[in-house]
Amino acid sequence: MAPLLTVRDLRSYLATGQGVVRAVDGVSFTLGEAEILGIVGESGSGKSVTCRTIVGLMPSGITHISGEVIYHPHGDGSILSASQSQLQSLRGSQLAMIFQDPMTALNPVLNVGDQVIEAVQAHARLSGGQARTRAVSLLRRVGIPAPEQRMRDYPFQFSGGMLQRALIAIALASSPRLLLADEPTTSLDVIIQDQILSLLLDLQQDTGMSMILVSHDLAVISEVCDRILVMYAGQVVEEGPAADIITAPRHPYTRALLDAVPQGEQRGQLRSITGSPPSLIDVPGGCRFAPRCGLAVDECWSWETELIEIGGPGRLARCWRHDEVERSPEWQASDSA
Amino acid sequence: MSTGWAASPSELLMKAATRAAGRRRSTVRRRLTLIVGLALLGLAIAAITLAPVLVSQGPNTIDALNPLAPPLTPGHLLGTDQFGRDVLSRILYGGRIDLAIAFGATSVTLVSGTLIGLVAGYLGGRWDSVLMRIVDLFFAFPFLVLVIAIIAMLGPSIFNMFVAIWITSWVAYARIMRAQTVVAKRQQYVLAARALGYGRLRVMFRHILPNTASAVIVFSMVDAIGNIILAASLGFLGLGAQPPSPEWGTMISDGQNYILSAWWLATIPGLAIVFVGIAFSLIGDGLADLLRPGDR
Repeated sequence: MAPLLTVRDLRSYLATGQGVVRAVDGVSFTLGEAEILGIVGESGSGKSVTCRTIVGLMPSGITHISGEVIYHPHGDGSILSASQSQLQSLRGSQLAMIFQDPMTALNPVLNVGDQVIEAVQAHARLSGGQARTRAVSLLRRVGIPAPEQRMRDYPFQFSGGMLQRALIAIALASSPRLLLADEPTTSLDVIIQDQILSLLLDLQQDTGMSMILVSHDLAVISEVCDRILVMYAGQVVEEGPAADIITAPRHPYTRALLDAVPQGEQRGQLRSITGSPPSLIDVPGGCRFAPRCGLAVDECWSWETELIEIGGPGRLARCWRHDEVERSPEWQASDSA
Repeated sequence: MSTGWAASPSELLMKAATRAAGRRRSTVRRRLTLIVGLALLGLAIAAITLAPVLVSQGPNTIDALNPLAPPLTPGHLLGTDQFGRDVLSRILYGGRIDLAIAFGATSVTLVSGTLIGLVAGYLGGRWDSVLMRIVDLFFAFPFLVLVIAIIAMLGPSIFNMFVAIWITSWVAYARIMRAQTVVAKRQQYVLAARALGYGRLRVMFRHILPNTASAVIVFSMVDAIGNIILAASLGFLGLGAQPPSPEWGTMISDGQNYILSAWWLATIPGLAIVFVGIAFSLIGDGLADLLRPGDR
């Protein structure tokens, strides 16, 4: 699979009143053409910041960004150092993004149709009539009934699911090759979630675009993605094919996340992860998950563990006890604590 | 029939319907404020436009036989001043000057202040610091003193009064607009617009401006009254319109010498200012309600 996007050692630090927040701290991954990559993690693990950094949407004055983001169709240079105008022409036409809360992601004072038409015309020279026709067909494609009529409505007249569909139509207006979906289903109910996910999957198969799907919901991710990146405290802690991650997690954090997902027939107690993620301002040395980890031993507190390649290329875990993660008695013991 | 504590569903629905009807009425009432304001302003504009038709005597024509005629004198509905000039005529022609100030001075500061605030708020950083320090500088001076100083430099005339207002009163708009823009630019729809690769100008003017303009538009109505009063004050101080120009403030200033013997000379232009002021403030209130987010 030819790579479309390569991210190398991406760091995104934010200056705040309390100190420097290391929101993204050395993230690397490669995304292939037509691949769907899932990024999972708790709130505040740096998923969204990773996406926003890639498309250059972090507030400039207060963010320090380093590392490389290479968008291969654009050449071998990092797009982080691209000029504002280059980045602007990439965004929308090549890279598109959809956001978590559809209710606030559309301009409240413009009607939906105008916003779709605007997106259609932003990167293509089209007459008003052509743009309108394309907008209608986009809205129909994403499953909005009677698009000609609904185009005249304002965002507040749309339901959440319909708005997310409209946003997807806007993101796809100029046929991007990479779609970053930042928790696209989080604010929707389960049935709508499912519809939106299958719509995204469908569109991806139609267009052959690549997709990065960010979510804190492992169930969502595992349904849709080819590969999964698990993030914790600004770092990638595990990476691998979706099936491997779900069935054989090799990092205690992934394992804990999986244990927290309700299993259909089993009616056992759900296990939550004790403690809370570390502050990203004064990041302690050693493994960042150690304070909450059942497998932690003294060494974990002092060593910063690297991502270790386990069982083949593209299968990585940031835990030196990765062999013991799957069914270790120590893990079980920590649950009762 | 319902017992005291558990209303039947149909009763609850009835209550909800009544509440909804009440809300609808209150929407009409809110619109009413705007409509009445616009009607009053329209009346004032019609009157000053039709002045040549409504009064036969020009504003500076002297009826030497009838100086200081009280109101309701035949031929002089609102009386005459010490030179026998018709007060109604002067009010109508003077209104042209005062309303020109209300619109001319206010619209220019509205536009310039809004643009400066938008740029400062959206671009942030150095632009923001420099522009907002200039705004602070203007706010630090007592407003009237600054206006008087500028007019003193340029010489008293109506146009120079415009210039003085343009120079000084954009700052309030800039400050309001900047605050609104700083809030709006963190909104997700702005982020989404940027993620679509829209340029700065498009984001600022098509996405931020329509969402933030209501505050400055409402403020401009208040400011328009302020500018009429400022013009009147400057006329009163002899720094605005110069006699024999029938500007309302100048008329009040002239009339104060006769306040005990001919009350109408100062009172009627004062009432004219009040009338226009009420019109603008009703329009401002109406617009504030109409543009309040979530009520559309």
